[in-house]
Amino acid sequence: MSKPIAMRDALLKEILEAMRQDESIFFVTADFGSPVLDYIRDEFPLRFVNVGVAEQNLINISSGLALEGFKVFSYAIAPFITMRCFEQLRVNLALLSEVRDINVNLIGVGAGYSYVVSGPTHQCYEDITLIRSLPNFKMYSSSDHHIAASFIDNCLEESGPKYLRFDAQVLPELRAAPDKASLVQGFEVLRDGNDGVMISTGYMTHTALQAAEELAFSNNFKVIDLFNLTGFDQSALLKAIDGQPVIFSLEEGFSDRGGVDAIIGSLLKNANISVPFKGIGVKPGYSFELGNRQELHEQVGIGRNTVIAYIKETLKSL
Amino acid sequence: MENDLQTKVDWVWRETLKIHRSAPETRIASSLSPIEIFVSLFYGKLLTCYPENPRHDDRDRLIISKGHGSISLYPILADLGYFDPKELDRICQKGGILGGIPDPIIPGYETVNGSLGHGLGVSAGVALGLKSRGKDNSVFVLCGDGELHEGACWEAIMFAGHHRLDNMNLLVDNNSIAMLGFTADIVNHDSLVDRLSSFGWDTIEVDGHNIHEVHETISDKKSTRNGKPKAIIARTLKGRGVPGLENQPLSHIINPKPETLDIILGTDHE
Repeated sequence: MSKPIAMRDALLKEILEAMRQDESIFFVTADFGSPVLDYIRDEFPLRFVNVGVAEQNLINISSGLALEGFKVFSYAIAPFITMRCFEQLRVNLALLSEVRDINVNLIGVGAGYSYVVSGPTHQCYEDITLIRSLPNFKMYSSSDHHIAASFIDNCLEESGPKYLRFDAQVLPELRAAPDKASLVQGFEVLRDGNDGVMISTGYMTHTALQAAEELAFSNNFKVIDLFNLTGFDQSALLKAIDGQPVIFSLEEGFSDRGGVDAIIGSLLKNANISVPFKGIGVKPGYSFELGNRQELHEQVGIGRNTVIAYIKETLKSL
Repeated sequence: MENDLQTKVDWVWRETLKIHRSAPETRIASSLSPIEIFVSLFYGKLLTCYPENPRHDDRDRLIISKGHGSISLYPILADLGYFDPKELDRICQKGGILGGIPDPIIPGYETVNGSLGHGLGVSAGVALGLKSRGKDNSVFVLCGDGELHEGACWEAIMFAGHHRLDNMNLLVDNNSIAMLGFTADIVNHDSLVDRLSSFGWDTIEVDGHNIHEVHETISDKKSTRNGKPKAIIARTLKGRGVPGLENQPLSHIINPKPETLDIILGTDHE
C-alpha cells in the first residue's frame, strides 16, 4: 500500500512524465492549480497555458490546440468545466469530433460533495448526466489515486473528448495497484458476495464497501467499482452481476436524473434482466446546510447509515 | 487586379442570389455583406490554400464563425475545386453537403459553425497551436458584429491580446444588424476599433464594400507581425444591393420574393 495522494496529483504526475516524452501534449487550465501542476508549468512554459477564470475559453482554446494536433488536457473545477461551458463542450468537442480528429481530456476536480463547505456552486451532482448526454464523449470516474493515474493511457491513446471526474479530497486507496484486466473492462470487483451487488463509482465505492462490511453479519454483498462510465465491458459486467438477487447503484450525483442509475438501468433493460434494481443517489435538490461530508451525505440520502438502512429495507421487501 | 476582383465580387453576389433563389432556407442578407472579404481571401490570394487537399498542413486556417452568413462562400469553393460544383444544385437537399448553415463536412470549412461566439476562441487556440508548432501560417476568423454580443468572444479577445497572437486576423463583418434590428439599438458596441485596441489588438476599420481597400488592408495586416492580433472591422451593409433588404433592420429574417430575385438576376423572362 502506498500513501494516498490527491487524484489530480496522481494523474498530473503521469502527465508531467508523458510531457517529457511527447511534445504533442499541451496543458490548459482555467486558473486552477495543484502542487504537481507547478512542476508542469515550470518545466513546460510553452506547452502550458492558463486562460484565467474563463471556462468557455478554456474549451475553445483546447479545441483549437487539438485541431493543430495537440493532445490537450483541460483542467478546472468539476461543476465549472462541465456546466459553465456546456455548449462549448457540445459544439467544439462532441460535435466537432464527429468530423475532426481531436483529443481533449477534461479533468474536473470536485465530484459530488468533495468541496464540502463551499456549498452547491462548487459541489457537483449533475455532471455525469450532462456529459453522458453528449455523444462522442468518454467519461471516467475514479475512486482512488491508482485509478486516477491509470487514466493517462486512455487520455493519450484514445481520440475524442473525454471527461475525468475526480474527487477534490485525498481518499484512501482501494487497491494496492490497479488490476490490468479490470482497467480494460472498466470496472473492478472489490468485494465478493452472493446476497446482492452494489455497483458504485467514485467516493461512493468507499461508502459501498463500508456498507457491505456493516451488512456482512447478515448479508454478503458484492461491491463493484465502476470507473469507465461510457465504455465499460457490458457483457463482462453482466457476467459479474449474474445470479445476484438484488442490484444497487450508488453515485454521488442526483438520483433518477440520468446518471449511474440510468447507466445500470439501461444495461439491465437491454439485457432483459428483471432482477430488482434500486438506484441510490442524491435526492434532487440543493442544500445550503453545513457539515462534514458524511453528515451532508446522510441528509441527502447517500450517507453510509442511510444506505445501510435503505438496503435493509429493500431486502425485507423482496 | 482590383478590376478583376470587383468582377469576382459581382459574380459571387449574383451566384449567391441564385443559391438563395433555389434554396430559400439559406440566410441571404448576412451572406451578402462579407463577399468582398471572401473574394480578397480567395481570389485576391491572401489565403494560402490547397483546394485539392483542403486540410494541407501548410494552409492558412479560415474559421467562419458566422457560418449561416457565409453562403456566398459556396460558389467560391465550388469554383476553386474544393468540391463538385454540382453540389450547388442540391443545397439543403438530401444527399448534399451544403446545408443552410455550413458544417465541416464541406471541404474548406474547418469547424462547426452557426452557433455564434465559438469561432474566435477556437481560432485563438489554433493560432496558439500554430505558434507552438513553429508554423508561420495565418489564422483568419470571420465574425459578425451581432455575434460580438457573445461573452465568449471577449474571453478570446483578451486571451489573444495577452498572448500576442499576431498570426491571428479577426475579420468583422460589421453590418450593424443582428436578427431583431440594429446592434446599436440592442446593445450598443460602437467604436469596435477602440474597444479591440484597448485589448491589445492592432485594429483598423475599412469600407467593407470597397474591394481595393479590403484587399489591401487584409494583405497588410496579414504580413505584419508586431506582437498584436489583428482586427479588421469591415463596415458593410446587410443584404447589400437587394432592394427591400439592404440595411433593413429585419433583413436577417426577410426573404426576398422569388419574382424580385428573378428581376434582379434578369431571369424573369426565362
